[in-house]
Amino acid sequence: MVGIKSYGAYIPYYRLERSEIAKAWGGFAMNPGEKAVANHDEDSITMAVEAAFDCLKGMDGKGMDGLFFASTTSPYREKQCSSLIATVMEMGKEIRTADFADCLRAGTTAIRGAIDAIRAGPAKSIVVVAADCRLGYPYSQTEQSLGDGAAALLLGDSNVIATIEDCCSISDEITDVWRTDEDTFVREWEDRWVIMHGYSKNVGEAVAAIMQRNGLEAKDFAKAVVYGPDPRSHGGLMRRLGFEPAQVQDTLFTGVGNTGTSSALIMLVATLEEAKGGDRILLASYGDGADAFILTVTEEIEKVRERRGVKGYLASKAPLPSYGKYLVARRLVQLPPGAAIIGRGSATVMWRTRDWVLGCHASKCRRCGLVTYPIQRVCYGCQSKDDYDEISLSQKKGKVFTFSLDNLAAAGINPPIVQTVVDFEEGARLYCMMTDCDPQQVKVDMPVEMTFRRLHEFGDFHNYFWKCRPIREG
Amino acid sequence: MESIKDKVAIVGMGCSKFGELWDKGSDDIIIEAAYEAYEDAGIGPEEIQAAWVGTINGMGGVTLSEPLKLNRIPVTRVENFCATGHEALRNACFGVACGMYDIVLALGVEKLKDAGVGGLPVGRGFHPVMESRRTGPGTFAFIATRYFHTYGLTPEEGKRTIGKISVKSHHNGNLCPKAHLHREVTLEQVVNAPLIAWPLGLFDCCGVTDGAACAILVRAEDARKFREDPIYIKGIGLSTNQILPHFEPNFDWIGFPMNREAARQAYEQAGIKNPRKEISLAEVHDCFSITELINYEDLGFSPQGRAKEDIDAGSFTLEGELPIQPDGGLKSFGHPIGASGLRMTYECYKQLQGKAQLPERQLKNVKLGLSHTLGGPPQVACVLIVGNSLG
Amino acid sequence: MIGITSYGGYIPLHRLSRGEFLRAWGGFGMPGERAVANHDEDSVTMAIESAIDCMKGIDPEKVDGLFFATTTSPYKERLCASIMATALNMRRDIRTMDVTGTLRAGTTAIATALDLIKAGSAKNILVAAGETRLGAPGGDFEQIVGDGGAALLLGDKGVIASIEGSYSISDDFSGQWRADGDEFIRSWEDRMVYDEGYSRVLPEAISGLMKKYNLAPGDFAKVVYDAPLDVRRHARVAGQLKFDGAKVQDPMFMTVGITGAALTMMMLVAALEEAKPGDKILFASYGNGADAFYLQVTPEIKKAKERRGIKKHLESKRILDNYEKYLRWRHLVTIEAARRPEQEPTSIAALFRDRKIILGLWGVKCKACGTPQYTQGGSIGSTTPIRVCVNCQAKDQFEDYCFRDKKATIFSFTHDNLAASVDPPSTVIVVDFDGGGRGVFDMTDRDPDEVKVGMPVEMTFRKLYHDPARGIHNYFWKTRPIRC
Repeated sequence: MVGIKSYGAYIPYYRLERSEIAKAWGGFAMNPGEKAVANHDEDSITMAVEAAFDCLKGMDGKGMDGLFFASTTSPYREKQCSSLIATVMEMGKEIRTADFADCLRAGTTAIRGAIDAIRAGPAKSIVVVAADCRLGYPYSQTEQSLGDGAAALLLGDSNVIATIEDCCSISDEITDVWRTDEDTFVREWEDRWVIMHGYSKNVGEAVAAIMQRNGLEAKDFAKAVVYGPDPRSHGGLMRRLGFEPAQVQDTLFTGVGNTGTSSALIMLVATLEEAKGGDRILLASYGDGADAFILTVTEEIEKVRERRGVKGYLASKAPLPSYGKYLVARRLVQLPPGAAIIGRGSATVMWRTRDWVLGCHASKCRRCGLVTYPIQRVCYGCQSKDDYDEISLSQKKGKVFTFSLDNLAAAGINPPIVQTVVDFEEGARLYCMMTDCDPQQVKVDMPVEMTFRRLHEFGDFHNYFWKCRPIREG
Repeated sequence: MESIKDKVAIVGMGCSKFGELWDKGSDDIIIEAAYEAYEDAGIGPEEIQAAWVGTINGMGGVTLSEPLKLNRIPVTRVENFCATGHEALRNACFGVACGMYDIVLALGVEKLKDAGVGGLPVGRGFHPVMESRRTGPGTFAFIATRYFHTYGLTPEEGKRTIGKISVKSHHNGNLCPKAHLHREVTLEQVVNAPLIAWPLGLFDCCGVTDGAACAILVRAEDARKFREDPIYIKGIGLSTNQILPHFEPNFDWIGFPMNREAARQAYEQAGIKNPRKEISLAEVHDCFSITELINYEDLGFSPQGRAKEDIDAGSFTLEGELPIQPDGGLKSFGHPIGASGLRMTYECYKQLQGKAQLPERQLKNVKLGLSHTLGGPPQVACVLIVGNSLG
Repeated sequence: MIGITSYGGYIPLHRLSRGEFLRAWGGFGMPGERAVANHDEDSVTMAIESAIDCMKGIDPEKVDGLFFATTTSPYKERLCASIMATALNMRRDIRTMDVTGTLRAGTTAIATALDLIKAGSAKNILVAAGETRLGAPGGDFEQIVGDGGAALLLGDKGVIASIEGSYSISDDFSGQWRADGDEFIRSWEDRMVYDEGYSRVLPEAISGLMKKYNLAPGDFAKVVYDAPLDVRRHARVAGQLKFDGAKVQDPMFMTVGITGAALTMMMLVAALEEAKPGDKILFASYGNGADAFYLQVTPEIKKAKERRGIKKHLESKRILDNYEKYLRWRHLVTIEAARRPEQEPTSIAALFRDRKIILGLWGVKCKACGTPQYTQGGSIGSTTPIRVCVNCQAKDQFEDYCFRDKKATIFSFTHDNLAASVDPPSTVIVVDFDGGGRGVFDMTDRDPDEVKVGMPVEMTFRKLYHDPARGIHNYFWKTRPIRC
């Protein structure tokens, strides 16, 4: 029986009030609430890593047979993101990896691909992770509606928390919401047409088809998890499909915004967080066609509650103080040249040191037990050579040993840069930046956790590395 | 191991004007320092048999031989982080001490103000993800945070304590003609200055400056042929640590083992038992005010954790028990990296000869001068002790 | 039995001699020539060409999914597979996806298609790859890369080559890449790129496959694996793994160039063209890891020979006059705008309404008098369906009629030097379709001197223009001389 075995989500720490955007432009906020904004050091890869770790909490990445990544905002055109994410997740080499792109439905496309891969065998466990951070034109309504986030699902054929009973897809050719290869911002045709001929028509058709062939009606579902570009269109479609408000999973538009490829998956995670064994769930997504799924929750669901998930990450937040900070976070303003950090990148070095750069590996001396980060061939403590075990600090918690608030380093990006030295319970010490924090609240002995971030673009590629952040309680 | 004590003498020194020398290249300041040294030693350039140049930005020996046209003698470039200037002098000492050369030249230089950015370059040789966004002040602020935390100082108390160091050094520098900054500051100005890297403010940081300094060395037995008041090398200590102590789990961040080790070596060679009493003046590495504070303790001038008492008592002012940074230190001279160790030595040399440029800054009854550099984030320390008499 | 049930290939008509790069830039000349997509071609149009070749004689209604593989998608957000499915007249309830990000996107899509078929979710999946990677002008890469496409139909009936086994590894190493904003291929120092990338990872996957299925190098009639931008490395892998060089499929460096995500599929098509029943074929692709497959050719292979495939497309070529034309076609130089009125911005609603007419080249046939007719009201934006027969005036008496697979002859033509064109003159022809119907179309891949009344032509799916006002690529059908 193929289904979902675990779930995880990620919503960035910062939120921007829609009224703040309206204030900046002198317009008005068409919808209330706020949108989640990825920090300047986040992108779809880093958010996918966060969601995947949440999903695999308590599990070993080495047990997975594949990782599929879905996004329309991949940081690369020619380099597979899924293999990078799988490396961070320490999944080993003999796995299937694929990037699904170009379509807001890519998240559910990847789910269907994973279901088929498991049914076909021999793969047993595949992680599907979707992340998006799309940009609306400044001053546009789209800018207000889009949000950033990620979700991950582990699919497998045993101990499933929700079985996938049926799926159905429709492919449609429509230029309603799009970006060409050169576009930074989402383009959109007239909204009413987009909704009538694109969203409502396709999703309605897929949902009707799957309900009909399973002999089900709207009332037979505990929850309907249906992608919605905005609350009004979503509400209209759900009414038309015959769902009562209590059955409808909120799109999270008010608290997060429309997260594109990851949207339907984030909503599904939110539903699963509240679901009980026996619940029947409808899942549907939209983008150049539609995908629809019927899921039944099993009693196993009680075993995977320990996730931050949507609920946890939604509650853990801080407001972006201004629209200007949003422009900086999303790299929409050109900073003065002096503000940019100058450095070098090296593909050779990054590759050679991938175990500690991506895997956050420390070395633990077999002779004296000293744990050091990054991996040291000669031990600081006893000078023994090449006699160590590697341990990963990526999911470990630590404490700030010392810190500084640096206004000189990359002053223009988001001053001050919080530089920290972090001590781990395991004994390692790590020197890194702190992100997603209020610099004024940073203290010695403050507990922190690690987060995978995009550091810089030296060498003309994206250099990812770990930072620490205050523990996101939620 | 043999001591270097009394084997080598400095018979001439020169020091360029330090500052933001927009109109001068490194060649200009090298010439300024070297020709002052030639004149001071009473020799011409043709008498130099070998030379060492310390700089982090140079290109081999030609950094020196090109501007000084040194007649194809051997010239070696050395580099060892902020101890680079001291390293030039240290290697030159060995050149004459071993008998291979009779007259050698050591010169340190740095031209920092052509970079178009503030602060010092950092991160050379590091991993791409490690070096990014690391700055000098950010690194030394870690020490302040940890020092304040360990000894129970509130950030305000901590800032006032290290602030007094800056007030003292600005005062001394104001009296020194070759210094970059000539300005008195008040403690209130220091603690209220814009933050560079919390808890360090603008006045906790040294300047960014161009400059060069030069020494001419001979064997001690030859020194009197050149001048009546040569200055003798009494001890040189150097200690090198791992590149990133940030990661060393047992490092306490309230002082540097390299400082203590370099000082131990130098004191042992010079036969110094009680540095606080025996040293007449010290030029220590004060890239930041907190660095000077921990140097007091590492070099044995103040007991561990109790530098604040000496600072509050004024022990290290020009009039105090042990004047530290009589010329204003890096605080007033800035830190042209290759030049600093030699610039400090220049101050010791002039004070020990009784030739400090102005009477109000000439120290009385001076016998031994100490200079100290601390380099990297940090990884290397050098301590040099010089004296004005043999034995 | 699951495997390949049909294949198709595509190589653009135009080839640029590598000597032209030497002439333009000096430096090192490389031997041979590379295929250059025409100014109206991109990864989508070339994938469609190869898909049409692959689908020859096969009912598109029977296809349950279309997967598009590329690293040069013309869109970041808009599914190209659905554009292609519409152009190919496929059903609506099919699986579509764009697989991107890596040079092994083609084999990644194949692996996914096999899953679908094994899992019983689909019977026939079409995997099509197209690629137009760019090297920066003046560098080696612009000489080495080439443009092309290939398509494979996968299914469980009428299999011409069964897929007996597969093995994949994921490896994050990337010595060559393009970030989201990059137009040109970037590379780290080449020796490391290959030593730690291609030459390490690809043999690891191939060895892994052979070990898993207990195969020896001598078992294969043909060994098909892609080549990196340093082509010498391709042959070295054969040496490393002890394959007989004569059995290693040529990566077509001398004739086409390295076609990225499309390359291994193109090479496999070339291998299948020559394959005999019983042949074992090894098939592998590299890119941030590697995929390897083991194929066995069946007697059904004989039925699939009627393809243009690689062989015929290779032979059918025209040498591009000079490097400057290449620069212009790839929009790498700014050319003075034609002194013509601005193009009206596209109405996307109209484009959508008429998508079958525009992308599928659907017209109608009058049920009363039997006359096929393709409606043409001028520009695409104002195209409206015909309701009254041009021949007998019967109203609303039509059935759908598809023109895209019909050949035609030139009824009249002009070479328009006034019209804006990337490749002047703009050749516009009036055609009579075989079986009836008349239309006016642009003509591409033509030599103006050869265009004559009565000349036979065929339809080809092309990018008409990029509409900067709307930010879309407008695709439409053009005519061309019968290619081969």
